[in-house]
Order: sequence, then C-alpha cells, then structure tokens
Amino acid sequence: MRNWLRGVGAFWYDFVIGDDWRGAAVVAAALVATAALVAAGVNAWWLLPAGALAALGWSLRRAISGS
Amino acid sequence: MNALPLLLTVFVACAVEAVEALTIVLAAGLTREWRSTFQGLAAALVVLAAVVAVLGPALTLVPLGALRLAVGALLAVFGLQWLRKAILRGSGYKELHDETGIFARQVAAAKTAAATRRGLVSDWYAFTLSFKGVLLEGLEVVFIALTFGASQKNVGLAALGAAAAVVVVAGVGVAVRAPLARVPENSMKFAVGVMLTSFGVFWGAEGAGASWPGNDAALLAIVPLTALIALGYTGLLRRARLAAAAQAVPVPVTSAVREEDMA
Repeated sequence: MRNWLRGVGAFWYDFVIGDDWRGAAVVAAALVATAALVAAGVNAWWLLPAGALAALGWSLRRAISGS
Repeated sequence: MNALPLLLTVFVACAVEAVEALTIVLAAGLTREWRSTFQGLAAALVVLAAVVAVLGPALTLVPLGALRLAVGALLAVFGLQWLRKAILRGSGYKELHDETGIFARQVAAAKTAAATRRGLVSDWYAFTLSFKGVLLEGLEVVFIALTFGASQKNVGLAALGAAAAVVVVAGVGVAVRAPLARVPENSMKFAVGVMLTSFGVFWGAEGAGASWPGNDAALLAIVPLTALIALGYTGLLRRARLAAAAQAVPVPVTSAVREEDMA
C-alpha cells in the first residue's frame, strides 16, 4: 500500500511539477505575493507573468549549466 | 475570452498527445495483435471518460474566483514545463521527440516479450502497452481540456476540441499505418506551452484578486509577449550551444591547411 501511494505521488509530482520544482515554487510565491499586494491596495497584475517568465529563464539556465 | 483560442489550444494539445499515443498503439497492434491492443485502448478511454464525467461537473460547481486561482497556478506550472522542454529541444540541448525512433524501440521490446493470456485478454503485453500509453497521454489532454473548459464555463467545447483532435489523428494513423513522424511536434508543444502559460498567469492573477488592464483584452498582449520571450530564450540557448560547440571542437588539420593555402 505504501509503495502504491508512493508511486501515485511520484506520478502526480512528475505530471504537474516535472523536471524542475523551482518553477512551481516561483509561481506559488508570486501568487501569494500578488494576493498580499492586492490586499494592501496594489493592483499587482504584473507580478505573476514577470515571475513565471523569470522562473522559466532560471530553470533553463540551470538545465544547460548541468548539461 | 473568445471560444476560438479555447478550441484551438485544446485541439493542438490533444493532437500532440494523440500522435504520441498513436505511436504506442501502432507498435502494440502491428507487432503483437490488434484485439488485445484495442481492448487496452478501449479500457483507457473508459477510465479517461470516467475522470471527465466525475471531475467535469464537479469543477463547474467551484466558485469562479477560487477555480481560476487553482487552475491558473496549475496551468502556469504545467505550461512552463511544456515551454521548458520545447525550448531545450528547439535549441538543441535536448533531443527532438522522434516518433520513428520511439516506434522502433517499442516494436523491438514488443517482439521479445512473451504472450500471456489473462481473462478475456489474449495478449496481456499488448493490452498493457496500449492501455498505459493511451491513459498517460490522455490524462494530459483531460487535464488541459477540463481546466480550460471549466475556467471558461465551457467544458463541452473543450471536450469537442479534444475529441476532434483524436478523430483526426486516429483517422490519419489508420490511413498511414505508421507513426506520424512528420508532425511538427515541438512547434506544437511550444505553441501549447505559450497558451497554457499565458492563460495560467492571466487566470492565476485574476484569482489572486488582481485586475488586468483592459480585462480579457490583456491576453492579446500576454500571449505574444510570452511567445516572444520564449523565442528569445530559444535563440539565446541556441547561440550558447553553438559557441560552446565551436570552442570544444578543434579545427581539423585539413581545413587549417586549406585556409593557409587560400591566404
């Protein structure tokens, strides 16, 4: 049962997160920061796209430096 | 949002996955036997239909703000994953998806595996190969179709786009009876990655409470901007790879001699 759960967890991790968890972490952090800024009265629509595209560049840089 | 981007994104994403699933189904069917292959295919489609039947209506019950926050986050992460792979392949850092090569490997493996009967399935290997291939590729399609469709409150249209792609790819596959190696998979994955990332950040930011300048029209800027930046990354990586290759490869003696002769 434990192995099965581990397998299911590994499948979904690979399915959604993939090779680099940092992209997911940046997206999550940018969403939290957007919500916090909006609550503080700042319409931070720009934060998530900027964070996501910067995360993509970071992830690519890491991928080629390891290749 | 216009229904057309929803339909096109789901159609292209589904077509790419259907091409990959077709390669596996053909390898199983042509090498082993068609009956067990079709049983595996049918079983996977039943599971996928059950996932859509359960999750589709459930997603439409979630309040739109919460749904867009969750769907936006998932689509952005998923889209970045697709874009990352497409950029690495486009710049030469990762091998292109080679349907002919994958087909040859699957055929070689299928030829050596023993045939065992289980219940109504006469060839368990062909059944599981077909089942796993269709289910795994199909789950990505279901994920994209459901999240896009639910966010637009139009799961039916998304399902139509997905079904149309499956019919087109299956039809071509039946006619050709070979893996669809000429389909520009990487370009299609790049396009889908751009769309998923763009809609992901759009819905995610909306779900977090932000308002986009111009509302839905902001997508007309987000999609091309995402594509441009991704193309820029591809160009930068390609140049870096070529520069590294040029430094690593010593100049052959013969060409050096020719250059001296010409000078």
